[in-house]
Amino acid sequence: MTPQPSPTQIAVARVLKSPQSWDELRRRAKLRLLQMHFESRAGHIGGNLSSLDLMLILHHEMLEEDDQFVLSKGHAAGAYYVTLWTLGKLEENDLSLFHQDGTRLSGHPPSSGIDEILFATGSLGHGASLAAGLAKAKQLKSESGRVFCLTSDGEWNEGSCWEALTFARHHNLDNLTILVDLNGLQGFGTTREVANLEPLGEKFRAFGLPTQEVDGHDVDAVRRALRIHHMGPDVVVTRTHKGYGVSFMEDRLEWHYLPMTEAQYLQAVQEVEQTCEMPSAKPYSKQLDARSLCS
Amino acid sequence: MFLTGDLGYSALEPLREALGPRFINAGVAEQNMVSVAAGLARSGMRPWVYSIAPFVYARPYEQIRNDVCLHRLPVVLVGNGGGYGYGVMGASHHALEDYGALLCLPHLRVYVPAFDQDVAVQVESLFSVAHPAYLRLGASEEPRGAVIPPYSPWRRLQEGPGWLVLVTGPLVGGIWSRVGALAGDLRPTVWVLTELPCNPIPAEFLGDVRKARGLLLVEEHVAQGGVAQNLALALLAAGNLPAQFAARSAQGYLTGRYGSQAFHRRECGLDAASIVDFLTFEDARDAA
Repeated sequence: MTPQPSPTQIAVARVLKSPQSWDELRRRAKLRLLQMHFESRAGHIGGNLSSLDLMLILHHEMLEEDDQFVLSKGHAAGAYYVTLWTLGKLEENDLSLFHQDGTRLSGHPPSSGIDEILFATGSLGHGASLAAGLAKAKQLKSESGRVFCLTSDGEWNEGSCWEALTFARHHNLDNLTILVDLNGLQGFGTTREVANLEPLGEKFRAFGLPTQEVDGHDVDAVRRALRIHHMGPDVVVTRTHKGYGVSFMEDRLEWHYLPMTEAQYLQAVQEVEQTCEMPSAKPYSKQLDARSLCS
Repeated sequence: MFLTGDLGYSALEPLREALGPRFINAGVAEQNMVSVAAGLARSGMRPWVYSIAPFVYARPYEQIRNDVCLHRLPVVLVGNGGGYGYGVMGASHHALEDYGALLCLPHLRVYVPAFDQDVAVQVESLFSVAHPAYLRLGASEEPRGAVIPPYSPWRRLQEGPGWLVLVTGPLVGGIWSRVGALAGDLRPTVWVLTELPCNPIPAEFLGDVRKARGLLLVEEHVAQGGVAQNLALALLAAGNLPAQFAARSAQGYLTGRYGSQAFHRRECGLDAASIVDFLTFEDARDAA
């Protein structure tokens, strides 16, 4: 059972939805993500940082009540959990237990227990088809709402992704938007080294899908791209940086896996705070929760 | 909601006409088809997913596991040609380990109709179940003139003083035809099992196990993960040990040759003649 947000959290969420608070939202979310991964000794921080901006924009500014979201790159679960936390859908206590014994926030999304999380992804190449199924159901039932699916770039090695595109295009699922976090790095090399699919956007267009390509860390560009509604399923390729916002992580393969040392964590926190030009947060503080966002 | 992996020519056209937009030919893309079905089911629909048996359980196995079973979604996988059903079409088209593999997954139940009349009963029930299901279809071989008992997952088809023969699914038809003609101490009790996992085991069956000269389990499926292994474990755990125990299962391609379903059944000793030979041999050995 997903906990209901407290009045304070609802107020926080409302404040965070205002455009003026975007930088604060982004900073707090990034700090909380770093803290969560550091305390749990979890890896995959690189791909979480590359997709965090997109998930925040999507959830705070785009998703309506009848929209649905599928995180196909399940290894970015941390960024998803933090995003849900900024919305008051997850509690501080949930994040504190992330990736630890007894948690309900496993390293990849769980199969039950959190209403917003529709599928236990983590094995790549499932999300686009799952989202196509959700979109097809809306089409058949004449229901409103869009379905967004966030994939990684290495994920497009999976043949099932292309099966999903074929299906989505054939069925004219104009309520489906596929998002790609194109950070250029996958598990054991760059995407160009492992199985070069560039130019990836051209391949989507060859399937007949309108495709936009934007800087995934340019908030206004991402907002504009998400608001454009094409006829037929469409794709937004966001060009991002793995480990975005932390100098020693950016575009580095090892941050697909490595947990942070304490020194690395403190440096990461310092960089995020300096970049955002905001006053220092308390990096170790368990009080850095949704309620503290009001302070 | 019905999805097919581009199969059904000259069979599914009436269904396509009846369902209209709720009939989807998802093309030759079974992984996508199963995940799409999961998405449909997550949205409150009840999708049925159809293909030749191995293409609907083996190719998209991870999609079944992660997308359907982990979420306990009511998706019905329909596999045509269980066991050696596709005969000389070859090994790629056979489903010898389907229910063993699928029964490892959470929440899923397997349905193996033995007779034509079973299909309607099982299909009707599958419209209201709250779990994933695999419907393994095969050709029925109903004995001429036989009175088939009303549907139940476990059914006693005949009684006799000899061995107890439990057969899974439609393989029972041909065996029942032949062993029904046996008389005297040779005449076995015959049961058919059509839903898996096999628990709960009915008390009547356990009673027959205790009375029988031995228990013979027959299935068109490899031994690993099959009914024999699971039932033996259940009987052992409950202390219901048969006087003797034997099992016949699919054994792949013993000679490297291919043929009809009947050919492969003979090779594995699953055909009715082989079962009669077994019972006759055991009877003679007991007498000696």
